[in-house]
Amino acid sequence: MSALYLTLLIPLFAGMLLALLGDRRGAAVFNVSASAGGFAASVWLARTVLQQGPLGGEAGQFHIDSFNVYLIALTALVGATTSFFSAAYMAQEQANGRLGPGRMRLYHASYQGFLFTMQLALTTNNLGVLWVALEGATLATVLLVSLYRTPESVEAAWKYFIVCGVGIALALFGTVLLYFAAAQVIPDVENALLWTVLAEHASALQPVVMAIAFVFLLVGYGTKVGLVPMHTWLPDAHSEGPTPMSAVLSGLLLNVALYALVRVKILTDSALAGGTVHDPHLAGYLMMGFGVVSFTVAGLFLHRQRDIKRLFSYSSIEHMGLMTFAFGLGGPLATFGGLLHMTVHSLTKSAIFVAVGHASHIARTQAIDGIRGLIQTQPAVGWGLLIGTVAIAGFPPFGVFTSEFLLLSATMQSYPWLTVPLLAGLGVAFAGLFRHLHPMVYGDRPEGQQAVQASMWPVVLHLVLVLWLGLSIPTFLAEWFDQAAVLITGRGLL
Amino acid sequence: MNDWLLALLGTLLFVALAPLFAAWVKRVKCWLQNRSSPALLQPYRDLRRLFSKQVVMAETASPLFVMTPYIIAGATLLAAAVVPFIAVNLPTAAIADVIVLAGFFSLARFFLALAGMDVGTAFGGMGSSREMTIAALAEPAMLVAVFTLAMVASSTNLSTVIDQILAQGLVLRPSLLFALLGLMLVGIAETGRIPVDNPATHLELTMIHEAMVLEYSGRHLALIEWAAQIKLLIYGVLIVNIFFPWGIATHNSVTALAIGAAVVFFKLMVLGALLAVGESVLAKMRLFRVPAFLVLALTLALIGLLSHIILEVG
Amino acid sequence: MLEQLPLYQQAILTLAALVMFTSFALLAQSRVVPMIHVFAWQGLLVAITTGLVAFDSGKHDLYISALLAVLLKALFVPWLLHRLVTRLGIDRDEHGAEHPATVLLIGALLVIFCYYVAEPISELSASVTRNTIAISMAVVLLGMLMLVSRGKAVAQVVGFMSLENGLFFAAVAATHGMPMVVELGIAFDVLVAAVIFGVFFFHIRDSIESLDVDQLNRLSESDE
Repeated sequence: MSALYLTLLIPLFAGMLLALLGDRRGAAVFNVSASAGGFAASVWLARTVLQQGPLGGEAGQFHIDSFNVYLIALTALVGATTSFFSAAYMAQEQANGRLGPGRMRLYHASYQGFLFTMQLALTTNNLGVLWVALEGATLATVLLVSLYRTPESVEAAWKYFIVCGVGIALALFGTVLLYFAAAQVIPDVENALLWTVLAEHASALQPVVMAIAFVFLLVGYGTKVGLVPMHTWLPDAHSEGPTPMSAVLSGLLLNVALYALVRVKILTDSALAGGTVHDPHLAGYLMMGFGVVSFTVAGLFLHRQRDIKRLFSYSSIEHMGLMTFAFGLGGPLATFGGLLHMTVHSLTKSAIFVAVGHASHIARTQAIDGIRGLIQTQPAVGWGLLIGTVAIAGFPPFGVFTSEFLLLSATMQSYPWLTVPLLAGLGVAFAGLFRHLHPMVYGDRPEGQQAVQASMWPVVLHLVLVLWLGLSIPTFLAEWFDQAAVLITGRGLL
Repeated sequence: MNDWLLALLGTLLFVALAPLFAAWVKRVKCWLQNRSSPALLQPYRDLRRLFSKQVVMAETASPLFVMTPYIIAGATLLAAAVVPFIAVNLPTAAIADVIVLAGFFSLARFFLALAGMDVGTAFGGMGSSREMTIAALAEPAMLVAVFTLAMVASSTNLSTVIDQILAQGLVLRPSLLFALLGLMLVGIAETGRIPVDNPATHLELTMIHEAMVLEYSGRHLALIEWAAQIKLLIYGVLIVNIFFPWGIATHNSVTALAIGAAVVFFKLMVLGALLAVGESVLAKMRLFRVPAFLVLALTLALIGLLSHIILEVG
Repeated sequence: MLEQLPLYQQAILTLAALVMFTSFALLAQSRVVPMIHVFAWQGLLVAITTGLVAFDSGKHDLYISALLAVLLKALFVPWLLHRLVTRLGIDRDEHGAEHPATVLLIGALLVIFCYYVAEPISELSASVTRNTIAISMAVVLLGMLMLVSRGKAVAQVVGFMSLENGLFFAAVAATHGMPMVVELGIAFDVLVAAVIFGVFFFHIRDSIESLDVDQLNRLSESDE
């Protein structure tokens, strides 16, 4: 348990300290070391779970099983590598005079605060606390989106705040309904929101209430996942905030929101299993529908983007749609693919945003038209962006290909006709990404474009991991995915 | 036979007291505004003076113009006859239906609006058009409020409604609370009080009711004024007797009737004072704001209806 | 049936209806300061209802929730908003919806919708507050309606906070409150959100020199 507490407490106290101490010289270094410490603690936690099995017990406030343990480690990893990038990037921003010490204090404190809410959302066993943590994540990041105080960034932050606030409020309504259903069957009401307790009684929960609750939760958490049509905040928030923020939003927040959604889907599925009142697969159908719509719409929107960060945030919507579709499809194969996709997308997308951050510093603009000839100016950034995009577009041998392949096979099994739009969507998205990417990476280098101080090793690390996952998934990870698939669908693959 | 006599007496009393109620409202208003008030009998003197005066009519006036005051007075008188005033369970209760009441009022309003246009002056037509605009908006609000009542008491008959509410005793009903508020707003709009209309002004930009009756004089004007006072009292009696029916005579003994009369006087005094306070506190609103006011009334009535369905059934 | 319930249970239902009415009043109110006052009244009504439900159900935790609601929803947030609008000098502004009458009627339709959605839920409960689940859902949706029908930041925040009131009310109505740890977490989130909203007023005013968030329209896919 001490590993668990460390995972949570390191970002919490680091955030408080950074808020208290302000922007001293060592703040960025402290931010990096705290994130690295958090990662170390999460690795320790993962090792413990690997050796001892699920942590937290029946009625504990925390619960670590094979579904969230890898997400905890992933979150801490992305948090740590992005903090390295953030140190270099934010130093450059300060040097450019865009940010003062007060904003830097806010930035660092919010960064750690955000990591804390992510870890709290992942580790907690209480669905109410999960909600509180996700709302806390909005609150921690909303002031970062408007960090530059330009009219655009303030607009983006306001939209983020209002849209996500309303969305998450609907999720709370769903949680209340869930608690209502639970209180009817669970004798100890104080524990009726604990996920483990709920899972045990899930088949006795009232199907009608659970169906209504799930709709609220889907719309609510779906807003945070970035599902169309609740996605409007996402491209704005990603494009206007500092780039490290875009990396962790895309890499972590969306994942955690989807995690919350899948947790309640498990309960809803058991409650509806009898199928007397509603279709037993109702939750799955809803998720499939939202997933396909998000996937398609985001793929089309890729083509008309002019801002490089907006481009990749639409790509995030597309991939979140794909994962939502995977979990909605159900079945061990699709679920396995979905879990893998969560991992590889998170790694790849944060790597891309790191490269994008450096690219926009080189070109001094975020407009796609202004970014040209990256490979000539700074080959590391150019190649990083190129390979990252190749990976995210689903080329073999990267992990994204593997997960998309698994997902397509699963679709072929259950709904063969759906593979056609999925493949078409992947093609459209591929075209959308590369028509913009090609001139940025290759094109002619503008006069006077200079290389910048870049820390590219997070990109390398992430892409190597993605490559590794594409070539061979380590046994322990495959076992976790499999156990999680058993948890989510009732059947395993291995 | 005795019952019929009683009903007749009740109606006469009602008609006779209507100017007094208007005078009471005016007196409280004067007190609140630190003015010396006219005597309580002043409306009677006004009516007597108007009745004794000669009628002057425009040359273009049609027979409709002459008939209208009598139709209005007749319809309002009939409406007064069906409202339970001091006692319930009178023989008139058989037609004491809210929808009948609304019918009498719209009949009177219809003829008044026609008469306003009849002579062909600009003010008359303007007043008619405004009156009908307000009526078109007030009627749905009134009907929804009435439906709420009807759903609570399972009847639109006023006597039955009052009996039902008496039988249930003191129950906090959100639906009735909102229906009461909605009906009060409708009443204010229908009887032309502040903030919708000001009965004491002849300012051409704002007047509604006064614009329509501008061409009337003598006994015709007296009848129309009297009918307006009766209408105000009908709304007052409806509000106090439906929502606070306690004290009304349920059988025809002398003591019950005496208590009923005393209680209804007291309730009307309180209501009149409240109306006066409201009229002193509020400013008359611009005509263009009146629809919003009536939509508020409709919303209140709808909330009443909805809260009956949501909260009180099942 | 209503007339067989004790008086304080009738009072719970009446107060619930009044909470719904304050939601409508918020929808209709266009001036800023009265709007904040109505919002404070809504918070107070919700808190009183919570207190009565606590008395009815004998759950002592709910007294704490009620106290929290008074402090946060009826006093602190309205006070904060009031102070902000005075300091920003917009306390005499009109922040109305474009078509108030239409908005009110849509609101009434939303209530009917909530009734249909909540009916199967309330059938499962035996508590006196079961019928107020629909009301609380209506308060949530009416808050949302207020958010979308207003173009001014202050009105949107009031709508958002009124939506939060509805959520709190839902928890009280459906389940007699959430577990204490969740309740405290939610209250903390609301508190932080209120403060951040305050910060945002200044940011928005600094960036577009008004609080008319309809002018925040640079980031949109349509005009590209």
